[in-house]
Amino acid sequence: MRSHLEKRQRRAAWLFLAPALTLIGVFFFLPIVIGFALSLTDFDIYAIGSIDTVRFVGADNYQSTLGSGEFWNAFRNTAYFVFLGGPLSVIVSLAGAILVSGRLARFKEIFRTLYFAPVITTLVAVAVVWRSLYHPRYGLMNYALAKLGIPAIDWLGDPVWAMPAIVLMAVWKTFGYNMLIFVAGLISIPEELYEAAEVDGASAWQRVLHVTLPSLAPTFLFVSLITLIGYFQVFAEPYVMTQGGPVRSTVTLMLLMYEEGFRWWRMGNASAIAFLLFVITLVGTMIQLKLRKADPA
Amino acid sequence: MNKRMQTVLLHVVLTVIGLVTIAPLAWMVGASFMPVGEAASYPPRFIPSRPTLEHYIALFTRLDIARNFMNSAFITITATMISVLVNAMAGYAFAKLRFGGRDRLFKFLLAGMMIPAQVGMLPLFLLLKNLGLVNTYMGIMIPSFASIFAIFLVRQYVLSVPDELLDAARMDGAGEFRIFWTIVLPIVRPILVTLAAFTFISTWNDFMWPLIILSDESKYTLPVALANLAGEHVQDTELMMAGAMVTIAPVMIVFLFFQRVYYQGIMAGGVKG
Amino acid sequence: MNRRAWLMLLLPLLVAGCGKGRDERSLVRFWAMGREGEVVQELVRDFEELHPTIRVEVQQIPWTAAHEKLLTAHVGDSSPDLCQLGNTWIAEFVALHALEPLGDWVDRSTTITPRGFFPGIWDTNVIDGTPYGVPWYVDTRVLFYRKDVLAQAGYDAMPETWAEWRQAMTAVKRLAGKDGYAILLPTNEFSQPVIFGLQMNSPLVAENGTVGAFSKKPFRDAFAFYIGLFEDGLAPPVSNSEVSNLYQEFARGYFSMYVTGPWNLGEFERRLPPALADEWATAPLPGPGGIETGVSLAGGSSIVLFRSSERKEAAWKLIEYLSAPAQQLRFFALTGDLPARTESWQHESIASDPRITAFGEQLKRVVATPKIPEWEQIATRIMIRAEEAIRGSATIDEALEALDRDVDVILDKRRWLLEKRGLVPESPTDGDGDAS
Repeated sequence: MRSHLEKRQRRAAWLFLAPALTLIGVFFFLPIVIGFALSLTDFDIYAIGSIDTVRFVGADNYQSTLGSGEFWNAFRNTAYFVFLGGPLSVIVSLAGAILVSGRLARFKEIFRTLYFAPVITTLVAVAVVWRSLYHPRYGLMNYALAKLGIPAIDWLGDPVWAMPAIVLMAVWKTFGYNMLIFVAGLISIPEELYEAAEVDGASAWQRVLHVTLPSLAPTFLFVSLITLIGYFQVFAEPYVMTQGGPVRSTVTLMLLMYEEGFRWWRMGNASAIAFLLFVITLVGTMIQLKLRKADPA
Repeated sequence: MNKRMQTVLLHVVLTVIGLVTIAPLAWMVGASFMPVGEAASYPPRFIPSRPTLEHYIALFTRLDIARNFMNSAFITITATMISVLVNAMAGYAFAKLRFGGRDRLFKFLLAGMMIPAQVGMLPLFLLLKNLGLVNTYMGIMIPSFASIFAIFLVRQYVLSVPDELLDAARMDGAGEFRIFWTIVLPIVRPILVTLAAFTFISTWNDFMWPLIILSDESKYTLPVALANLAGEHVQDTELMMAGAMVTIAPVMIVFLFFQRVYYQGIMAGGVKG
Repeated sequence: MNRRAWLMLLLPLLVAGCGKGRDERSLVRFWAMGREGEVVQELVRDFEELHPTIRVEVQQIPWTAAHEKLLTAHVGDSSPDLCQLGNTWIAEFVALHALEPLGDWVDRSTTITPRGFFPGIWDTNVIDGTPYGVPWYVDTRVLFYRKDVLAQAGYDAMPETWAEWRQAMTAVKRLAGKDGYAILLPTNEFSQPVIFGLQMNSPLVAENGTVGAFSKKPFRDAFAFYIGLFEDGLAPPVSNSEVSNLYQEFARGYFSMYVTGPWNLGEFERRLPPALADEWATAPLPGPGGIETGVSLAGGSSIVLFRSSERKEAAWKLIEYLSAPAQQLRFFALTGDLPARTESWQHESIASDPRITAFGEQLKRVVATPKIPEWEQIATRIMIRAEEAIRGSATIDEALEALDRDVDVILDKRRWLLEKRGLVPESPTDGDGDAS
């Protein structure tokens, strides 16, 4: 009886898993394996014409990619985006979370919805909107700057400002998400800690410093991690807003991969870029996880 | 500083952040109703001098955006329904059904979550070409039917369902599928609604994959159609804002309805992740 | 979710499923880029009236996404029947075996003959003796300039040699002052350095299109001339998008010359203030050794027929229709795109306008860029390297050597294929006459 039940359960389990595992296997893991194989070939536009022009080239694609200024330019741009936008996003969302969860705060739901709204919006649509906001002459941005007495900036036309402009938009778009995770972290901090601090005569600021922030450390790491990974894959913002320009100053690794792969159809090269991107995010993840383990909290 | 002052100050800060956050969207709404040229006036204005629907009319007549809207709706709804079912089944199996190698398999999947899906994007395209799925709705949807993260989310939730409940049903002779359908699904409905809201919003907003897969304009989803328009009508700001409105509005509505469960999903993923 | 909610969700699907009506006509799918895609609809409606059995579906594609769209469509077996194709892309799509060879179609046609088109332009469509596209409209670059400013600087006509041209620019710059310039050469365009190179007789790529020839003397001299215009403050180091309103700036005298194409004829007429309406003109490009060396690009768009099309007869009818002189004139009136049919140029709407006839003059002296699939990639690299030299982050020689290295990498596969020969459709000819 018992073994019959076990057998029945085993069969049921595989039936339940079959659709998901098949789909994940075929459309997620298999492409990654093929992608690695592709990255060792010179699959390109000639290969579409006739497949026997594909050559095995070993690590050539990796070598030439790592030796090309184009890749490092994209790497720099992406790193700039990640390390300017990442911390900014985390800080803004942390501040937002602390403010919105403050014990004195009313209408929390309304504020939370307001802050969260950009997360829900369609990236392409808001990129179109922001492109107008960044208009050098009529845009809201420069109007705001003018009010503050700062001269106009050609946001998307100036290679110096194009990436910061995209960062600003990305932070606006994503801080609400991180904020929510911080809010969840804040809720799980036991109220007694604050009360104890209050009894000790700690000011609001000291309570944030000595109670809130240390308790949030694991959340903080988690948020940094997902932000980092997500930001490394930035694509649609530069695609819609700048097409990688001006002077290739906003070409990111994903955009480069897209261009190499789908515009020029240099699939071998593009796959190598994809794997390098993967390795970069993996290293980032490992570092974060190490930090997390080292952290006693 | 007394409590009253603190409270006032806090709300001033909260309101300012809120206004700054919402300003781009507010401007989008305003500009979409402005007569031609008004969005490019200085100083910028938020309120149309003479509200007009002409851009919406142009979108739905001349530019036939209704079609893209339908495409997006079809793809999003289908993908949402199927993926919720597929992932719920898998999540349940990982949580409650006993079979050899279960934990190792699950760990393997979790490790796979670290790989960004974009790594396989080029080969996936070639794969779909061989399956004849390029330039089809199915080609857009099929890679998103199953998601490791969703399986993980469901599994965590199903773990809280008491085993006794399931065992009792088994003793009564109920089949495994029946147990899943009549006992498990109703209990885990909250997480499924969360999942559905997640999938709906992310599928609707998805850009890169439909951009690559679709070559036929009549099959474009809204974001792809909008990017297409934006490439052509750079100077027609008001029209673009109307297009952005049409693209954003449906997800906003879904979000406002399911706001709470959406938050719960993020918080659950965030805390347990 | 309850049953009604599900139903509500399903409703749009049902509606979407039922929307399609029946249509018995054979459907020709035609992709056109940018504004042409919008305007051609009008011509297509008339074509449908003439041919009641054919329905044409025009799809508009932004220029910025056109290349990848065409490639993914080809790979995904969802190419249209017909497509507008920039004539520099033809070699690439021929290498893909995507295009229908049009030799037989042209031979059989009563309306399309090579002699009806500008020879330099028709030639861009011919790969190894076989035509793969029919020119739709032509495009080349000429000089737009302010007559009044030039007169003030002491010139009553545009000079015809580089040396005199440069003097004229220096004179204009003097008038324009510290914040003004003589000429606008947007840094995000590859056409200017390429044109100068072609004028110096550079083949751009050498050895049957398998290596770059950019650091060789002809191109180097041309490049030095080009970069010199920026170094001496005659041209501003800005891209198109950095000039917020080109027409205003032209009117203001920020620059007084501009190397650009026919689409700007209409724009200049529309956007310049009325006071300047008679103060601007166009002229064929000056050359290093006089006007006959002042060649320009053989640009433009052709219409190509895809090999995979199942409605080639109907599609060819549309090609014939669109390249008929009358339709070419109409298209010109609608878009300002210059007709590819020489016959259309006799019409007084064109012949009476000196600004357009300058283009006609130039079209007699146009040269095709190398007809190799990699050209588009190479062109992008030229632009990037030129920009580096303009912005001073590389010297002329550094930029050109880097460019040749880039190009060598791009052409590696082609070298290999040509070496083992026979597998590739015979190498297309490129600008022969190795100038070194």
